[in-house]
Amino acid sequence: MAKNAPEIEEYQYGFHDRDVSVFRTERGLTQKVVEEISRMKNEPQWMLDYRLKSLKHFYDRPMPQWGGDLTGLDFDEIVYYVKPSEKQGKTWDEVPDEIKQTFDKLGIPEAEQKYLAGVSAQYESEVVYHSLKEDLQEMGIIFLDTDTALQEHEELVKEYFGTVIPYSDNKFSALNSAVWSGGSFIYVPKGVKATSPLQAYFRINSENMGQFERTLIIVDEGASVHYVEGCTAPVYTTNSLHSAVVEIVVKKDGYCRYTTIQNWANNVYNLVTKRAVVDANGTMEWIDGNIGSKLTMKYPAIHLRGEGARGNTISIAIAGRGQVQDAGAKMYHLAPNTSSSIVSKSFSKQGGKVSYRGLVHFGRKADGSRSNIECDTLILDNESTSDTIPYNEIYNDNISLEHEAKVSKVSEEQLFYLMSRGLSEQEATEMIVMGFIEPFTKELPMEYAVEMNRLIKFEMEGSIG
Amino acid sequence: MAGSVLEIKNLHVSIEDKEILKGVNLTIKGGEFHAVMGPNGTGKSTLASAIMGHPKYEVTEGSITLDGEDVLEMEVDERARAGLFLAMQYPSEISGVTTSDFLRSAINARREEGDGIPLMKFIKELDNDLDLLEIDQNMATRYLNEGFSGGEKKRNEILQLLQIKPNIAILDEIDSGLDIDALKIVSKGINKMRSESFGCLMITHYQRLLNYITPDYVHVMMQGRVVKSGGPELAKRLEDEGYEWIKAELGIEDTEESVEQNA
Repeated sequence: MAKNAPEIEEYQYGFHDRDVSVFRTERGLTQKVVEEISRMKNEPQWMLDYRLKSLKHFYDRPMPQWGGDLTGLDFDEIVYYVKPSEKQGKTWDEVPDEIKQTFDKLGIPEAEQKYLAGVSAQYESEVVYHSLKEDLQEMGIIFLDTDTALQEHEELVKEYFGTVIPYSDNKFSALNSAVWSGGSFIYVPKGVKATSPLQAYFRINSENMGQFERTLIIVDEGASVHYVEGCTAPVYTTNSLHSAVVEIVVKKDGYCRYTTIQNWANNVYNLVTKRAVVDANGTMEWIDGNIGSKLTMKYPAIHLRGEGARGNTISIAIAGRGQVQDAGAKMYHLAPNTSSSIVSKSFSKQGGKVSYRGLVHFGRKADGSRSNIECDTLILDNESTSDTIPYNEIYNDNISLEHEAKVSKVSEEQLFYLMSRGLSEQEATEMIVMGFIEPFTKELPMEYAVEMNRLIKFEMEGSIG
Repeated sequence: MAGSVLEIKNLHVSIEDKEILKGVNLTIKGGEFHAVMGPNGTGKSTLASAIMGHPKYEVTEGSITLDGEDVLEMEVDERARAGLFLAMQYPSEISGVTTSDFLRSAINARREEGDGIPLMKFIKELDNDLDLLEIDQNMATRYLNEGFSGGEKKRNEILQLLQIKPNIAILDEIDSGLDIDALKIVSKGINKMRSESFGCLMITHYQRLLNYITPDYVHVMMQGRVVKSGGPELAKRLEDEGYEWIKAELGIEDTEESVEQNA
């Protein structure tokens, strides 16, 4: 396998296409830009008002001074909205050739045929392709890009939009609320179970592009859905920004699993706010894979607000040269007998920096609740670093909290053992790393697990010796 | 096919600047079973690790060749692919990697790229060897050595031996920590390897392993050298009389160093 390996440190998805966009706003963020986005989308007045209110908050709010270094991020250099095509395709033939080729290279149409129930493909600011299998439509599942949902299901969007993550939550949620475009809207009606995953794919193509998708998922009582998102971008010497907001509502007895495989290029700031609220006996699961980006700050949160609600977060973060992964999870136990588990696996190499930053909160009503946190870090060399920063807020005596943190290095003995069976140092290290993140990959649907292993192998190329 | 020849000449090995092996000579040919015995701290395990190329051990003098090829020039994995195998005294645990996935990778590492072992053939051979070693089928899906008992780890080493089919195997105290039933099973596995094309070097403290695997040659190591070689009868005499008579015969005195290592 090593024989066909790409050059050291090459990023596989770093290619970019000729710009075929039909409209783009000027660089920088002004009220005019926000108004233009809203007008292009022919939005109702309330949404424009919401955007402007958010913009004001964004201006007023200082930059966060914790987590990663954001000084390299210049808001005046970013292009906030790029419309890549005139209309959205229902078949891949309706998607402009250049863009279709990109998604072909990423293997999306092929995956769709094989095992996906629905696909959404976002290129720059807009979703250029969208499909949902007929049987899922017949069950009443709504799976649309959020712009179309706003046009076709305005009342439903209005009811939930911004209720889980208010625009004022943080500077980047305010930014997203001002300039959001695209993203997925999913509504799963009562008792309906989507059997195969719905997938969205996010691709940035332009230099200095800002991508601000907005995703809203509502899982009604007793319903269930698995949503998967993947992301890539070309390599540029200048910075791009990805700042999404993802809001999820899981009602009584509902189930939602949200799987992310983020593989942004090394020039992308990835500053994402993700949060779910869960009612009684509902379950929310974040399966969160962070492989790429220049800096990721992301802490998927779950508010367990109904009795017996459950939350699980399983994440991996990989930081290589020049990369910072500041990632983690937040669990809010706000009702009795709620339970949560956090498994965080991270590894750093070639001077990368990876931090687990997490919060577990037990509110006064959280009687009988419990949480289990496990943070494991694997450090591949002496230049790389890792931090574990757990916060616990406990306002109730009748709870149980377990926290286990481990930092390890790939040991000489393990390498010797595997190499004595004929594996090269590269293969042996890969095997140890794959084993380390196995608790994450085993949660992925088969096809993604294969892809994930391929990505990790790719990441590992050239990182030995 | 004719067996391989592993030739060790005047081997000197140091660990952290302290010389452990002080000129070991040993030749192992296909078809031969050799046993290396000796008191604790005489360099038996150092010999095993140095042959396989453990990075902690520095060869300061002498040579190791396999069929005339310079083993000391090879990386650990190259030695393995050239046909060497070391069953370790303390095998590492590899979390998240199943025993069967690992075995398949190890088998394929010795095959040409694109010519991996067919899955069905692999499963069949694995099942046979699991049965032979009386290992529960579920070990194949457990993570490599993780949570294995001492006995399970040893059986797993022999499972790997059977699956990888090396030309020359070094077994470092494969009998330690085994009860008599487990010892019989492990011995059965090792004996299955016997053929003209397979050579074996067993390192052990005890004669009892040799009751089940009869060696062609027995070597005694003391103070970093092979001080006496003979046939199976030598092992029996060691069992009965200990090592003192050899020391007396050869005029070996315990140095401060070896006392310290024995402690």
